Amino acid sequence: MITGILNPARVVEQLVKQRVTHMVTLPDSETRHMYDRLIAEPTIHVIPVSREGEAIPVAAGLWIAGQRPVISIQNAGLFESGDALRGLAIGIDLPLVMFIGYRGYTRHGDTPDSAARILEPYLHLWGVDYFTVESDADLDRVPMAFERAERRSQPVAVLIGTEYAKE
Amino acid sequence: MINYRDAVEIINRDRKDAVCVTTMTQTRYWYAVSERPELDIGISNGMSKASSLALGVAIGAPDRRVIVLDGDGSLLMNLGSLVTIAGQKPGNLYHFVFDNGMYAVTGGQPLPNPKVDYPAMALAAGYAHARTFSDAEELASDLPGVFGRPGPALVHIAVTPEPAAAGVDQTWESNRKMPAQLRAAQSALQAR
Repeated sequence: MITGILNPARVVEQLVKQRVTHMVTLPDSETRHMYDRLIAEPTIHVIPVSREGEAIPVAAGLWIAGQRPVISIQNAGLFESGDALRGLAIGIDLPLVMFIGYRGYTRHGDTPDSAARILEPYLHLWGVDYFTVESDADLDRVPMAFERAERRSQPVAVLIGTEYAKE
Repeated sequence: MINYRDAVEIINRDRKDAVCVTTMTQTRYWYAVSERPELDIGISNGMSKASSLALGVAIGAPDRRVIVLDGDGSLLMNLGSLVTIAGQKPGNLYHFVFDNGMYAVTGGQPLPNPKVDYPAMALAAGYAHARTFSDAEELASDLPGVFGRPGPALVHIAVTPEPAAAGVDQTWESNRKMPAQLRAAQSALQAR
């Protein structure tokens, strides 16, 4: 059982501290309260995409233009984004933090949801480092993810292992 | 129809200091005429994603004109990007679609449907304007007017098919160069 809640406002505070300029996203059920909080944050521009595979190339373009984007998509959407992750994140050494909704996550690991069962092996396979966030108590992992992405000049995932709380 | 070489030469004449994102066959022709390689972004490692990456550049550098030289087969793999682009309303984005009705780089196999009305699709998605060119002289005379109107604009160019003419610059070498090329473009944009 996961104790504590994940408060969207605390996550947005972390993004502001990291000087994030844009959140490229396709909303999912785990992140809907996060979306509400984000669109209220004046310093971060939310860019909705039509399918998850667009998120990484849009973020890459923003980065080329000198911006500091992140993306937020569900694990199923990350699988859909596979070729973009390969060619336009890993392949161009893009220091991108990717917030990934961990649909189906259970702390004990027993889940019927293949999107959850496959996620961590998938990231290991691609050599993508990740940090899991289950509640506000884990938010120190967000700056760790940004530091790792910059240091490795590679995409790094923050896996959101719970539904954001309603504010 | 317009041949590739004429089309890119005409576009290059009106380029000025625009960022130019290219993909597939367009990249090879564009690199032969471009005089601003530091502002060129060749997508050699992500078919279909040129329009999405160009959108990111256009949003991130709103005072810079951004041109994307897309292909019909590439756009078909990322059609939702028309809606995403239209939703963001980037006035500085000009989306060229080179329509040869085929997958040229793989030998000329036909698209699932080679008769698609791309300007109509773009307008339905919410682009500010869109039109087709099939004559080089008309493209040359009217392109300044296209660039003179805020985007997002879709410029559909009916090109003479050149199946597997010389292959696409889709090699280990071009992929290996991408990180440095993108960082050069990033530096050029930040130096403005």
